Amino acid sequence: MSHHPDLTTSVIKALGWLYLILFAMNAAWTFRSYSRKADVRITGVWGIITALLGMFAIAHITGGSDPERFLIRMPEFVKSFIDLGADPVTYFCGSTLVFIAMIVLRKWWTQPTVAWIMLNLSILFLALSMTDYDFRQIVGKPDNVPIVSMLFIVGFFTWLFFRRAVDNDERIAAGKPLYEVDNGGQEKVLVWPDLVYTELICMVVLSAVLIAWGVALQAPLEEPAAASRTPNPSKAPWYFLGLQEMLVYYDPWMAGVVLPTVILGGLMALPYIDFNKKGNGYFTFNERKFAICTFMFGFLPLWISLIILGTFLRGPNWNFFGIYEPWDAHKLQVLNNVNLSEYFWLDWMTTLRIFEPGLPIAPAGADFGTQVWAIVTREGFGILLVVGYLFALPPVMATTIFRGMFMRMGFLRYMVFSNLVLFMACLPIKMVLRWAFNLKYIVAIPEWFFNI
Amino acid sequence: MSVGDYIRDSQIWKSIFRHPAPVDRRNRVVVMLTNFFLHLHPVSVKQQGIALSYTWCMGGITFFLFLVETVTGVLLMFYYRPTLEWAYNDILALRDVTTLGIMREIHRWAAHAMVITVWLHMYRVFLTGSYKPPREFNWVVGVLLLVLTLLLSFTGYLLPWDQLAIWAITVGSNMARATPFLGHEGPGAQILNIGGFDLITNATDARFLLLGGRFVGETTLNRFYILHCVAIPLVVAGLIAIHFWRVRKDGGISQPL
Repeated sequence: MSHHPDLTTSVIKALGWLYLILFAMNAAWTFRSYSRKADVRITGVWGIITALLGMFAIAHITGGSDPERFLIRMPEFVKSFIDLGADPVTYFCGSTLVFIAMIVLRKWWTQPTVAWIMLNLSILFLALSMTDYDFRQIVGKPDNVPIVSMLFIVGFFTWLFFRRAVDNDERIAAGKPLYEVDNGGQEKVLVWPDLVYTELICMVVLSAVLIAWGVALQAPLEEPAAASRTPNPSKAPWYFLGLQEMLVYYDPWMAGVVLPTVILGGLMALPYIDFNKKGNGYFTFNERKFAICTFMFGFLPLWISLIILGTFLRGPNWNFFGIYEPWDAHKLQVLNNVNLSEYFWLDWMTTLRIFEPGLPIAPAGADFGTQVWAIVTREGFGILLVVGYLFALPPVMATTIFRGMFMRMGFLRYMVFSNLVLFMACLPIKMVLRWAFNLKYIVAIPEWFFNI
Repeated sequence: MSVGDYIRDSQIWKSIFRHPAPVDRRNRVVVMLTNFFLHLHPVSVKQQGIALSYTWCMGGITFFLFLVETVTGVLLMFYYRPTLEWAYNDILALRDVTTLGIMREIHRWAAHAMVITVWLHMYRVFLTGSYKPPREFNWVVGVLLLVLTLLLSFTGYLLPWDQLAIWAITVGSNMARATPFLGHEGPGAQILNIGGFDLITNATDARFLLLGGRFVGETTLNRFYILHCVAIPLVVAGLIAIHFWRVRKDGGISQPL
């Protein structure tokens, strides 16, 4: 298979600049360690790392004349290992596990040194991955640059939140004043100059960034619009790719209309269903565990990570591709998904014999009522499940896991809340059903465009 | 007398700025009260309200990006014509020959950035519990602004009229045809018929309303152009005003009780 070169002279040069930035960052970090009179050995290790990165930078900037023989690149076995695990199941389960680890290990990873090492490793991973042609094709697209930076920015702010929250939670436990109170935060200052100047500096810096960004990267412009030539893949704008990913599991009326409406309605309802008075005006985790975990689960694994998935990992025919895999339009993925009604009438009834096996079908030319009855019996089991999920589960949960919440929320608040939780859970549930049982639809009534 | 003093002593200067330079405490208070642009702010705030590690500055950055979008957008409107004949060529010319064609780059990158900063602003407001009483309603206004930001970006996506644009909008707007009852491929649409005559067809449904046609075409371009440049920005500007006003009325940036 003919292949584009993984490395070119200009790529090596550009990576040299990236390593130079890493070098500067770590030089500053070493100096920080030194000036804080940390253990000499630790400062020494950072010094060595900094020196190594400096050599990397020099090697890239000066040694790019023969890209074929350039040694610093992502090893092939790492690439094939990462591509091996490239499928939606690994990806989603992996991001959920990372999410859980992030919460459980919050005291550990919010330490500056740990975070710094993670930042270094992720930039290093990015730099090494850039030596792969296919990786560069996706990540290097000008439109995708903000998405890559979003990853780092969201990571940083999540870190900042947990760091402050862990600190405050310890203060609360020890009966000490909050960070926001302790550091003169409640003293009044004049808006001129304190705030006005901050805003001015911020505007100047942002303008400079935008102009530099505009000079460096050209806005994409493809061929003129042609209604007859459908690109493969056809993707929605990047911020809707989480929704487009839901189309794998739900039909457009759910993924494109009902679920987005529920997301927005749920966001608006949020202040009215959160009855917890604590945690207003300061960072805390322990005082609002449930609220923060739920919101973060929606924002990080279900929104941000699905956007990443849709942008970088979905290629032609919406197939899943590893980050180093070429986007091959002929990649074959076998889809033999089965409806719940087929499981019920064909598999289970053959074994159980409660009803005569075989999908109920109205005879040709039957009147409207018979047809409707045939459809309803065919999908009866699925309809029962969905109705039970939406109407029977809330009261059950009110007497079990959400008992305390139900008492404090009252009926209406609780019903809104429990339905929102159920709608949020319906995406992961359908994902798991699809992966484990190849389940296509729980209720499949294509006659009425009503598939769930 | 220096030139600066001469200017500051002139009748013109004094008619604009009604008090001496804000170098002492009194005039630093007065400047906040008399200047139209500064009166959005209170005279003084608690330190925490302006601490970057607390506010993340994301709301302010979003507003600034909105202003950048307005300025660059107006400049682009002088140049760009939303017709099948010219749209693509005008963008091409902006890229290749037009002086200050970089306005398109800034407009696009700031738009992407604005979507991200809106999310981060919401993230911060959630994580500090700032949507809790008395600020519930302002959170709702914020969610509306989030929707409108996404719609602004979505409608703008079509305007370059290249392959990227029409297919992204086609994929996005195809969802509308599955709207329950209101889309011709949505559940329940079949019920809406009178005497065998379907009320919801591909020429009467939600998607048709959005696109002004059965597919993404010139009417869509016109519709999206007006939504992008006039209709949505006006609503956004109004909601921003309410949003800011409510921040003040609800007690400023949130802080521990």
